[in-house]
Amino acid sequence: MSTTAVERPVPRGATESRRRRVVGLGILAAVLVIAAAVSLAVGARALTPAEVWHGLFAGPESDQRLTEIRLIVQTVRVPRTVLAVVAGIALGVGGALIQGYTRNPIADTGLLGVNAGASFAVVTVVAVFGFSNPFQYVWFGFLGAAVSGVVVFGLASIGRGAGNPLTLALAGQGITVFLAAMTTAVSLSDTQSLNALRFWNAGSVAGVDFDVIWPVTAFIAVGLVLALITLPALNLLNLGEDVARGLGVNIAVSRTVGILAITLLAGAATAACGPIAFLGLMVAHVARYLTGPDYRWLVPYAGLLGAVVLLVCDIVGRLVVRPGELEAGVVVALLGAPFFAVLVWRGKFKNA
Amino acid sequence: MSETDVKPALTPGVRLGPLSFVWRPWLVLVTLVLAAATFLVFCLSISIGDFPIGLSRVMATLVGRGEQVDEFVIMDLRMPRALAGLVVGIALGVSGAITQSVARNPLASPDILGITGGASAVAVFSVTVSGGAAAAVVDSIGLSAAALAGGLCTGLLVYFLAWRRGVDGFRLILIGISVSAVTQAITTWLLVSADIRDVARAQAWLVGSLENRSWDQVWVALWCSLGLLVVVAAAAFQFKPLHLGDDIAAGLGVRFGRVRAVLLLCAVLLAAVAVSSAGPVPFVALVAPQVAMRLTRRPTPPLIASGLFGALLLIGADLVARAVLPNNLPVGVVTAAIGGPFLVYLLVRANLK
Repeated sequence: MSTTAVERPVPRGATESRRRRVVGLGILAAVLVIAAAVSLAVGARALTPAEVWHGLFAGPESDQRLTEIRLIVQTVRVPRTVLAVVAGIALGVGGALIQGYTRNPIADTGLLGVNAGASFAVVTVVAVFGFSNPFQYVWFGFLGAAVSGVVVFGLASIGRGAGNPLTLALAGQGITVFLAAMTTAVSLSDTQSLNALRFWNAGSVAGVDFDVIWPVTAFIAVGLVLALITLPALNLLNLGEDVARGLGVNIAVSRTVGILAITLLAGAATAACGPIAFLGLMVAHVARYLTGPDYRWLVPYAGLLGAVVLLVCDIVGRLVVRPGELEAGVVVALLGAPFFAVLVWRGKFKNA
Repeated sequence: MSETDVKPALTPGVRLGPLSFVWRPWLVLVTLVLAAATFLVFCLSISIGDFPIGLSRVMATLVGRGEQVDEFVIMDLRMPRALAGLVVGIALGVSGAITQSVARNPLASPDILGITGGASAVAVFSVTVSGGAAAAVVDSIGLSAAALAGGLCTGLLVYFLAWRRGVDGFRLILIGISVSAVTQAITTWLLVSADIRDVARAQAWLVGSLENRSWDQVWVALWCSLGLLVVVAAAAFQFKPLHLGDDIAAGLGVRFGRVRAVLLLCAVLLAAVAVSSAGPVPFVALVAPQVAMRLTRRPTPPLIASGLFGALLLIGADLVARAVLPNNLPVGVVTAAIGGPFLVYLLVRANLK
């Protein structure tokens, strides 16, 4: 049930609104850079800008204090900042795409079963192999997410279902339900996997090394490229199947590429951070409110918004319960949801 | 409109005094079959166990002519559990049918009305946090009552936050999702910071279960549900055109705002009854209306059939969990393991036609 209203390009107004959107995109990017800088400076130990600068670019040295700072910045704060940005972009773009392809305004990035698939894979390998370190199961999580995404799309595409967005949403829901049940069954019979599951479920960008972050980023980059390719077709799809077909869109191909993109984006982000619910859904609505229904604008906005929100939430999580930390996924819901609810209450979102 | 424009109705109407409804043989047939199947599974649930009792003896006991030992096993041990399954299943199915119809969105299960999330957060809190004033309050009123109170508070919070010159379905869903996200985050946080032994207990509650029901609990749930279902039935006669949207409903003369508000409030309360009886059994309310809709071939979830399928699924799953599966899995796991794939099967079958 996505947008039916199309913006007619009006000769004079078009350049005006285009300029506004470009400026908005610039502002969002600037906010993201500032948030990233703050993310490097803030934490259990507050650093001055000079110390952060030094920590980023210095090599090994004899000074004890400076070495400590360098280690904090390079091994703790840079990785989590990079991951928050990458995963935030992935979940934001994934959220906008899943709402577009299912034409359902309450679809979230977990809808295709990626979260449930990843969780199931994690508890299973922990129960079977007894892994205790998240690095050992991150790729199993990605595999589980990818497999369930493919299975959902495959089931939804059988026969005449290929063009039906409702079938996709419901098949995703059915598979999610099934996998969640299996996950619960495993975790209730194995204390170790229950323990792994509760931390995994919280969704965090902390404690992940670059040897995980770079491959995840590569998958997400591929997902982003695929996503950008399908945006014009997605615009036409939302005018209705017949219109899209009449205008020369190959519906099956564009949907397949789109779903593949969502699976890569959400699956890789979930594998690295654990399931972060609500973020994709929220930023997709805010982006639509800012840009209107054109996915060529909506998706970049959603991506940048996702990165900003996840980064800010991670920073807040470091500050509120010192000396401990709140997981970013928890903060996204605690901070984002009330803010989002206020916007809803004030009637900012149309039933897209 | 001249008279020649008026097409004859495709299906004959039935008029009973002030009530009129369309005669739909298939819908009636499917509903009756579901009712029969539910009754059969209900009786099986009473007959199967460590002390098997034949179906004929079950029937005899149900009409008050059973032997004393059967009477004891059935009335004191198995009946409360089977009845709880029936009541909770119907409540969840009907509640889901209402939310999905009003929201015109199959993803709108009553979970997003906030009941489940609020109840879960309070229950997990009371299991994992000891000491302090809040924990003392929970200890004094008991876990079920505390969970119910938490669920009702969040449910009403969602309802009133969504209220702005009437309840709009779309706004209700988005507010509900937001509030549920908050309660979910609190639950997750409590689980992360708790002792692992408490986590297992909390997790077991979160899955839902029909074990150890007392007659008192069952009676309360039964009468509450019956009262709510009567209200739903009364409102449902005006409910038909609602899924066509406000404008058409208004054009047909339905005071949709009031009817919708009453129905949604009933959905909230039915979900609360279910959660207080069996814990937050997941997915029944999501799957049952969708399956019932496809079985009856209706464009929107039919209320009676949704309730019946919910009961069938829940009692059947409880039976499977008790009698077939090892190590006593909670019923919620089985409902999901059966309900999810069944929904997918129906989707695929419809697409292959």
